[in-house]
Amino acid sequence: MGTTASQLGKELLSEYQELTFLTKQEILLAHKRFSELLTKDEKDLPNTKVSMERILTLPELKSNPFRKRICHVFSTSEQKDGSLTFENFLDLLSAFSDSATLEIKSHYAFRIFDFDDDGTLDRGDLEKLVNCLTGETDDTRLTPEEMRQLIDNILEESDIDRDGTVNLSEFQHVISRSPDFVSSFKIVL
Amino acid sequence: MSQDSLDSLVTSENDIDIRLDVDDEYEQERQSGRRRKRRRRSGDKKEKKKKHQRRRSSSSARDGREERQTKKRESSKKQREKHFKERTTERNEEEAQTSSVKATKTNKNINNEKTRKTKTAERETEKRNEKKMDKSPKTIERKESEGKNTDKSKERKKHKKVQNSSDEEKTKEESEEDKEEQEELDKEQEEVRSECLSPEELEKLKEAVDERKKLIQSLRVKPWPMKKKLVSLRESQEFVEKYEGALGKGKGRKIYAYKVIMTKKWMKFERDFENFKTTLIPWEMKIKEIESHFGSSVASYFIFLRWMYGINMILFCLTFGLVMVPEALMGRPYGSIPRKTVPRAEEASAMDFAVLWDFGGYAQYSVLFYGFYNNQRAIGWLKFRMPLSYFLVGVGTVAYSYMVVIRTMARNANESGIGDDNSFNFSWKMFTSWDYLIGNTETADNKFASITTSFKEAILEEQESRKDDNIHLTRFLRVLANFLVLCCLAGSGYLIYFVVNMVMSLLGMFCPMLFDVISTLENYHPRVALQWQLGRIFALFLGNLYTFIIALMDEINLKVRSTLKGDLDRNAPAFITWTVYICQRKEEMIVKYNITTWENSFNGTVSENSTATPISLHPADVPRGPCWETMVGQEFVRLIISDTMTTYITLLIGDFLRAVLVRFLNHCWCWDLEAGFPSYSEFDVSGNVLGLIFNQGMIWMGAFYAPCLPALNLLRLHISMYLQCWAVMCCNVPQERVFKASGSNNFYMAMLLVILFLSTLPAIYTIVTIPPSFDCGPFSGKNRMFDVIHETLESDFPVWFSKVFSYASNPGLVLPFILLMVLAIYYLQSTSKNYKEANVKLKKKLQMQNEENKKKNKRAALKAQMDLEEARKASSQQKHVSPRRHQDVNEIHCSRQRHYYSKNGRNPAPPVGDRSLRRSAPRTYQHVNPGPPGYLPGLPRQSETRMHRVPSLQRH
Repeated sequence: MGTTASQLGKELLSEYQELTFLTKQEILLAHKRFSELLTKDEKDLPNTKVSMERILTLPELKSNPFRKRICHVFSTSEQKDGSLTFENFLDLLSAFSDSATLEIKSHYAFRIFDFDDDGTLDRGDLEKLVNCLTGETDDTRLTPEEMRQLIDNILEESDIDRDGTVNLSEFQHVISRSPDFVSSFKIVL
Repeated sequence: MSQDSLDSLVTSENDIDIRLDVDDEYEQERQSGRRRKRRRRSGDKKEKKKKHQRRRSSSSARDGREERQTKKRESSKKQREKHFKERTTERNEEEAQTSSVKATKTNKNINNEKTRKTKTAERETEKRNEKKMDKSPKTIERKESEGKNTDKSKERKKHKKVQNSSDEEKTKEESEEDKEEQEELDKEQEEVRSECLSPEELEKLKEAVDERKKLIQSLRVKPWPMKKKLVSLRESQEFVEKYEGALGKGKGRKIYAYKVIMTKKWMKFERDFENFKTTLIPWEMKIKEIESHFGSSVASYFIFLRWMYGINMILFCLTFGLVMVPEALMGRPYGSIPRKTVPRAEEASAMDFAVLWDFGGYAQYSVLFYGFYNNQRAIGWLKFRMPLSYFLVGVGTVAYSYMVVIRTMARNANESGIGDDNSFNFSWKMFTSWDYLIGNTETADNKFASITTSFKEAILEEQESRKDDNIHLTRFLRVLANFLVLCCLAGSGYLIYFVVNMVMSLLGMFCPMLFDVISTLENYHPRVALQWQLGRIFALFLGNLYTFIIALMDEINLKVRSTLKGDLDRNAPAFITWTVYICQRKEEMIVKYNITTWENSFNGTVSENSTATPISLHPADVPRGPCWETMVGQEFVRLIISDTMTTYITLLIGDFLRAVLVRFLNHCWCWDLEAGFPSYSEFDVSGNVLGLIFNQGMIWMGAFYAPCLPALNLLRLHISMYLQCWAVMCCNVPQERVFKASGSNNFYMAMLLVILFLSTLPAIYTIVTIPPSFDCGPFSGKNRMFDVIHETLESDFPVWFSKVFSYASNPGLVLPFILLMVLAIYYLQSTSKNYKEANVKLKKKLQMQNEENKKKNKRAALKAQMDLEEARKASSQQKHVSPRRHQDVNEIHCSRQRHYYSKNGRNPAPPVGDRSLRRSAPRTYQHVNPGPPGYLPGLPRQSETRMHRVPSLQRH
């Protein structure tokens, strides 16, 4: 633990604390877990990216149906391959932490659900979302008829301006009323 | 669906962005303008000051510098102008960029500018633009004179933009822009500083610094990537550090600096303290681990357990610190008086393990139980008022529990009160049903299944109202099931009435299973079935507890009567014994505390048995009364112990052994044990919570008669925390029916409150109505236990106080007081009802307004788009000058309008505009202006009130 602390640097650590919803211990733990994903020679480089495949080996993300989306949303790499630097990783943990506000959580949730990155949730996004939620197996999947019905219902409820899509403000409007979004939109290392 | 309208919405958001920018820009403009004027006005004064302070300005250079400065300012202003222009025309540029007609681009832009200025005044962005121009007429001139210049820069920008099409790079650029802005600001500030500071400027600077500070604080709620956040944090910090010292003068400066340092230190301390606090939360890591495996509902049980542990800790501290320790240290030692000595008959077996395990023998005659305490008013050198302390601790335990439970309930209600409307049933299922904490594939599979079924159910429910094919059969079955359950309850009550303890725990173990079997008859929806199940278990536990108490009461009465009877039998004339008994009590009252109880009882026995008794009677030989209080305490302790044992044993056998068998016998068995019949056990959250609640109820009930109960419970909770954590992690599988934690939270709390009430009821009843035993316990010799208060009031407080108290306790005062309280409750209730109504109304209003705003925005965006198209058409048609242009535009307009009002899905939007707008979509994620904290681009303001919700819902 002491070595990781010195690796991170006191200044940087306090800055990270200022910028995220994480405590010092959590940041140190995150650093530890993150550097476990790195190979020996990568560890010395300051801003190494870890590929999405390796990030997804983390047990916290392994069984999450949105794992790839999460990586893509928090990644800042130019190749759009979902690889994360340590700072991206901290962003992720901060957004998913206990004390993050509803605002930030819903914002990132929206981006995660926005599969085609176009700024709104349209029918395609919602369909993909349902498929993610019901799992990959065929017996849990909904029939097309059910899917249509479900998406119609959802749009009926949350598409306030009736344009056929759910945009960020509509999404946040819906989410802010939900009793258990904040408690379930969490990832803890 | 309609890609087109989608894009228009996106543009509308962009509009908002731009508007904000404009406002900001305008604000800055105005400020700097004001500053300039001021400077001109107070120029000479300042000059003088400057001379004094810096001793380097010569009068000849003065004017030149002044000029330079204004120039600088103007150039920075120009730069800002450019920024603004860029932003307003960004859309156009982007559209142009995709159209790939680079040659006509600049032309078109200029055209656009011009047409805008002259023609379309109703356009949203344009309106603002013009407004701004009106207010600063200079800018127009400059714009025109520098038209070429700006265009050049635009071109440069465009090139950049063509290169950077991905949104990440855009963010970079935006951050660059931010940086530029900041640099400008910095420059400005530097100027301000390099001159001497007038009070107003100081004010300004202070404002700027405060703004930066705010920015630093709000950085973490911004959805920016870390790099950007880091950059802006560092810059702001630098800025703050640089200029904070400049604030204030002389004394003020010192104080200010001191204040700044102190706040900094304080912040650091707070953060460290926060870190420290999280390390102090017990079992946090354990619970988080479970949370990440099993989701939040299982974790909520453990959080509840921890909360219980906290409460019991405080109860334990109360009883241990104020009752047990003082008595053990300062009270009379063991063996000094009869109530503190094991009777001769039991002495032989008093140390046997079986007896001790049953809390008889030495355990019975110790501080653990009520009977051991002496009725001496003050003990030790501290003059500790033991009986009073005992009584007050008993009352305090109950009062504290009520307070905590009600407070927690109120807090939970506050949090869950938001989600009471059912209008977003489907959307919540969709957007919030995944528990991101799940890190176990099995749990994830279960969750998938449960989500699918919930979707299907919801669809079914939506599609058709449920039709019951054989309503009579289900009705009959339900009645039958309830009858069976009632039989079970009655049977268990009967059993408990005659044989206590172990039977009760066993019943508590097996009856729920029976109920589960019975409930399959009923064919309810699983959620309803769970509620029935919980209700039945609740009824069972409650019935058991109450039969147990009634049986105890009977026993108490029997014992008290039988001792009297025994006395009667032994000493022939009943009248005499009675008088002796009364005399004894009277004697006790008269001599009160001058003679010890030992002497007292000794005299009593002497007078009772007129036959010669040995004078030096050992306290162990002294005959004694029944001491029903100790008996009650013992019963409760035994109950707790047996309950704990059954819990642990079921855990070990039912969970661990089963898991081991299933795991290892699976290789050599004829069917699949893991998937088939026995499989692994689930963690039953509701059952466990109920068990915990009832356990706590027993503690509350018995704590008055056995001060050791909280300690025992603490031990039990501590062990079960570790044991259950281990059992859950190693041998349970996640529940198939995964329930949300937050919904049931207050339900459990309400149950706890009910139990608390029901368990304090009998305790209070016994305290108030049954006279305490005459020869044991701190209240012996008194008529009622609460006489202690009276006594203390009379002897320990001044006379006037007891007088006041007696006046205050006069029914004439108490009754009005009660009336007043009832009135207050009524008033508060009605106001809360009104608030609720108002809340609902406001909600509706907000929704309406939201919708209206949306519509307005959309309309504006549509219009803007239309104009855009118009302009494009115009520019393309300018080459072949067509007379029908106007008509064309009108046509487009009409078709647009038609589309807007009909809203019938997909319509073929012109591909160019479509794509370009789509390209601009990701801009919604990064908003450039540092706006108010916590503000996100497309978010309606009303949700700002919700921002401060406590994030962890189920923390107690």
